[in-house]
Amino acid sequence: MTRRTSPLARRRARAAWLFLAPVLAVLAVVAAWPLASTVGLSLTDARLDSADAPRFVGLANYARYGPDPASWDAELGGYFLYDESTDAMLLYREDQDAFFDWETGEPIVGEVDRTAVFQWHGILTDPVWWRSVWNTTLFTLVSVSLEVVLGLIIALTLHAHMPGRGLVRAAILIPWAIPTVVSAQMWGWMLHDQIGVVNELLLGLGLIGERLAWTANDDTAIWAVIAVDVWKTTPFMALLLLAALQMLPDEIFEAGRIDGVHPLKMFWHVTLPLIRPALMVAVIFRLLDALRVFDLFYLLTSNSDATLAMSVYARREMIEFQDLGRGSAAATLVFLVIAGFIAAYMALGRMDTEPER
Amino acid sequence: MRPALSYPTRRRLGRVAFYLLLAAILIYTVFPFYWAVVTSLKTGSALFAPDLWPGEPSLANYVAVFREQPFARNIANSAIVSLTVTLLSLFLGVTAAFALGRMRFRGRRPTMMVVLGVSMFPQIALLSGLYELIRWLGLYNSLWALILSYMIFTLPFTVWILTAFMRELPRELEEAAIVDGASPWQTLTRVMLPLMAPAMAAAGLLAFIAAWNEFLFALTFTLTNDQRTVPVAIALISGSTAFELPWGNIMAASVVVTLPLIVLVLIFQRRIVAGLTAGAVKG
Repeated sequence: MTRRTSPLARRRARAAWLFLAPVLAVLAVVAAWPLASTVGLSLTDARLDSADAPRFVGLANYARYGPDPASWDAELGGYFLYDESTDAMLLYREDQDAFFDWETGEPIVGEVDRTAVFQWHGILTDPVWWRSVWNTTLFTLVSVSLEVVLGLIIALTLHAHMPGRGLVRAAILIPWAIPTVVSAQMWGWMLHDQIGVVNELLLGLGLIGERLAWTANDDTAIWAVIAVDVWKTTPFMALLLLAALQMLPDEIFEAGRIDGVHPLKMFWHVTLPLIRPALMVAVIFRLLDALRVFDLFYLLTSNSDATLAMSVYARREMIEFQDLGRGSAAATLVFLVIAGFIAAYMALGRMDTEPER
Repeated sequence: MRPALSYPTRRRLGRVAFYLLLAAILIYTVFPFYWAVVTSLKTGSALFAPDLWPGEPSLANYVAVFREQPFARNIANSAIVSLTVTLLSLFLGVTAAFALGRMRFRGRRPTMMVVLGVSMFPQIALLSGLYELIRWLGLYNSLWALILSYMIFTLPFTVWILTAFMRELPRELEEAAIVDGASPWQTLTRVMLPLMAPAMAAAGLLAFIAAWNEFLFALTFTLTNDQRTVPVAIALISGSTAFELPWGNIMAASVVVTLPLIVLVLIFQRRIVAGLTAGAVKG
């Protein structure tokens, strides 16, 4: 159905786009273009330490069975391979799918044992990547669950009428406002194996027999990261839930109290369903935030192969190993995971695009 | 079944349990920062003793932090970047929010979706693209690289929060302005803007805190000590060996950069909570 629009309405629509133009332009430059360029780079062999023009390699950075990409020789126009079984130096030309003697340039007569010179390459075949996926998943599930439970407890506590509530509310905002780097350093200090206050406390309580190297040990490092994230982010969760609680009419609870409903029953059957929409929004925000975690893993753990998050893996490939193509491929995968979550959530119709209260 | 305890006793016990829970929450949230402050005031061997109170409080660590590296410069860098990003985001955000919150036009909902979608972009997905862009623009290792890249996360939520607030302003105001023949720009600047001050404060605070705390871009797009922002500077404080981190210095630096934030939070907690909930809760 087309609606006839008045000249005034048309003029206002034009004005609207004019008002939006600067933001859309900035987002195009700082978001759309870099994202497209990351995806583009992920299909090339771009390296930070090489001035050569990047070469299109298809999905080789993700997964491919073939010659080692690092053996590419631009001058020879092929892959320079060493065949251990025949002790020969070979040149593999992809366009002809054939092997040549690298000195004479003559085609190799007879079969070359491809299994000797070809392997699986790409991050999807890299166990370190899958370890980082597992670390990120574990981190996300455990920390978001803990944040929901603790956030609910804190929100319900603060919802009670009591003197000095404003002050307490401000106090629990402190962990949220502290820069992640500072949180990581503070907790790194508290969790220090020799002189950390946490070990001191746990030893005093008799919960551990000896001092533990929480962050240096690959098995406990992820739990240290989770603990710090829970500490830092629970207040955010608690405040969102508190805001939702405060929007509920007092009469419901009044009625429940008069009827003598047990508080737990009241919570489970009345309060929780009422704040569920707010809870869902908070959880999805936190899930997406947790999946892209970088700072805490980078700062708190030893950054060994066993303690990477997906984002840390991507940056390590990109900046430390200078492999822009491979790192971009990992970054693209992080983006796809998160985009998948958003798409699923939007498809479920839970995402309200009207920021109304 | 008769309750084992009388009603007043149970009530009193309930109170005690409640305040114990409250105390536990407060200790849990505040203690780590308290511990950082205490550590920053300790020197020498006192650092390694778990005393809850510094025996001989000293500011030596604070002096050392500023003397041993360009920490004042780092703070200035952080302040310049955060303020510029905040002001730019507010200016751009309020014009966009005016269109999204007050005007009807085709493509409004998709635009809101795009803004929301961008706010959820993982920063890592932009890192290599931004790196190339920044080097191409010749901004590598400059504060402009950070100002440019920080817009990616401050702008979407500024637009989102301001739109939420903009929609709540009474329609009559705007109609009166239109009847008086005001252009949209005049309506925004003369009529809406004064009313948006609280919302701008909320969104601005959140943008400032986000920019002040950012680590990944600052770590990747700056190289030299004099261009670094505070989070990177703190992360890279190192001792003579990797096993001898100067914990006193690190804690002193942490306290210096966190105190302004805590003061902001204590003063503006209502605004911040209002901004956070406008951004996220639509219950």
